[in-house]
Amino acid sequence: MTAQTTFPGAGALRETGKLCQLGIDVVRTSFRRPFQLREFIQQSWFIVSVTVLPTALVSIPFGAVIALQLGSLTRQIGAQSFTGAASVLAIIQQASPIVTALLIAGAGGSAICADLGSRKIREEIDAMEVLGVSPIHRLVVPRVLAAMLVSVLLNGMVSVVGVLGGYFFNVIMQDGTPGAYLASFSALAQLPDLWISEIKALIFGFIAGIVAAYRGLNPAGGPKGVGDAVNQAVVITFLLLFFVNFVLTTIYLTVVPAKGS
Amino acid sequence: MGVEVVVEGLTKSFGKQTIWQDVTLTLPPGEVSVMLGPSGTGKSVFLKSLVGLLKPEQGKIVINGTDLVRCSEHKLYEIRKMFGVLFQDGALFGSMDLYDNIAFPLREHTRKTEAEVRRIVLEKMEMVGLVGAERKLPGEISGGMRKRAGLARALVLDPEIILCDEPDSGLDPVRTAYLSQLLIDLNAQIDATILIVTHNINIARTVPDNLGMLFRRELVMFGPREVLLTSDEPVVEQFLNGRRLGPIGMSEEKDQATMAAEQAHADAGHSDGSLDEDVRGVVPQLEPTPGLPFRDAVRRRKDRVMSIIHHLPYEAQQGIIASLTPEEQARYNVHATAPTPSPWPRQGGVL
Ligand SMILES: Nc1ncnc2c1ncn2[C@@H]1O[C@H](COP(=O)(O)OP(=O)(O)OP(=O)(O)O)[C@@H](O)[C@H]1O
Ligand SMILES: [Mg+2]
Repeated sequence: MTAQTTFPGAGALRETGKLCQLGIDVVRTSFRRPFQLREFIQQSWFIVSVTVLPTALVSIPFGAVIALQLGSLTRQIGAQSFTGAASVLAIIQQASPIVTALLIAGAGGSAICADLGSRKIREEIDAMEVLGVSPIHRLVVPRVLAAMLVSVLLNGMVSVVGVLGGYFFNVIMQDGTPGAYLASFSALAQLPDLWISEIKALIFGFIAGIVAAYRGLNPAGGPKGVGDAVNQAVVITFLLLFFVNFVLTTIYLTVVPAKGS
Repeated sequence: MGVEVVVEGLTKSFGKQTIWQDVTLTLPPGEVSVMLGPSGTGKSVFLKSLVGLLKPEQGKIVINGTDLVRCSEHKLYEIRKMFGVLFQDGALFGSMDLYDNIAFPLREHTRKTEAEVRRIVLEKMEMVGLVGAERKLPGEISGGMRKRAGLARALVLDPEIILCDEPDSGLDPVRTAYLSQLLIDLNAQIDATILIVTHNINIARTVPDNLGMLFRRELVMFGPREVLLTSDEPVVEQFLNGRRLGPIGMSEEKDQATMAAEQAHADAGHSDGSLDEDVRGVVPQLEPTPGLPFRDAVRRRKDRVMSIIHHLPYEAQQGIIASLTPEEQARYNVHATAPTPSPWPRQGGVL
């Protein structure tokens, strides 16, 4: 710390390094006994309670928009029979991880960040360390794991709600045939599509949890700092998640051959 | 017996701002020490460095042979179990009630049954006068109560080193007096090394065995209480008497113009905010409540101080000698009227 080198971007690199360090610490510490089960359950419940309703409310119109858009598009190019498959793929592979990411970062992550940040400025975190208890083990690990679990569950929920919404709009509003909608599922969609979707959700949950914890544990002085930290945590998480989504999608599309090709 | 804390050449800065540099002192095992200093001189930062929450850039903090500045995270957590720390604002866990807060260290670090935990927690709560407030959340009690609850939590594991950040701030004078007594009683009972950070002159005069002062990024002095209490160092004199006249200003440094203007006001008869009496001088030290064991630290300190007495300033020597009984004066072979020329250095004494 004595002689910090300075060049443009050094600060950003340093922050990134510390963020990764926290990520590694969390992974290592999550295997340490005793596991903080109570905290984990409480946090999971808490994150679920702040994210479920908004997620459901967002995913219905999301599914509908995709279904309507694809419905008219496929009609124009004369591929109505693939409407079902296309909208399901779009929802499961892209829309649902993104919706999940937005809500986990926006609702769950901001709550985690604000909670840890206010504990930090009230010196609770310091007190815990002095009492010989690692705040990472005690507070951060259960929160990150809870964010991951809830993220996976939410992703499942968004997929189901989105697909149902898409079905409803396609069949009822656009007079599609239920049979064709369902049949085209199996023509294009495959099980790995669901896997990648859940894996994405898991990784998004991890990133959202780590970023929120990192910003929460390092607020820049005073209550105002906590507000800024929450704000930054959400923005940083969004950027990271969209980038990671892009990377994962690219890898997936390269590695797993599309069905029927 | 408590442990010795050796601090050597410690320097801490935040970015370009140096908080203090080259702080060297030893907290003698089992003794009570007080660190004075105007607001913002880094007393809290010093305490946090002692428990490894902040990393000084230079120097050493050695406890039981381990240097806290450079040891591993794992080792640090081990050493911290010897500490009981009272933070400036209590630092209670906001989501737990007082009972759970105080029980927290017991539940984390011991395998005591809930009944034993209960007994210890209630005993400590009674000690700090919080009986009946077990189920209150930290947000629902006054600042002084939070402070006392924080102290109870710090004491629950019978620490060997107790650090208190301004135990008196937010407390009324009566509770402060009780708290001083509590710390002295505690020292008599468990012989822990205690460091208190404060601006309270009463505590500084009556509680400690050793007294130090931080000012202008340096340790002005640290040593037996008599040395600081009789010092004619301008900073010390101003601080002890709570004057405006002197080197300490509203902001850390006071410039020449302000100093001259204040002197002119004072010469013209405007009070500088202090009472006229000079509170310097050695006053009797607080003793443990009757019935408790004698403080071993007092005896150990007396031997230590008497072995270096000829290196202390004249006023301090007189204060120390005057506080001895005639038998002790005979035993140590000292007399109240014998002025020995002192080679006492004005800066950061290592005693
Ligand atoms: N985390 C930090 N980052 C940057 N500067 C800090 C930090 N903590 C403390 N400081 C600075 O260190 C200096 C000393 O602060 P500290 O809290 O130790 O003062 P203090 O002596 O305890 O004062 P008081 O008697 O008012 O409690 C202040 O100038 C403060 O701005
Ligand atoms: Mg302070």
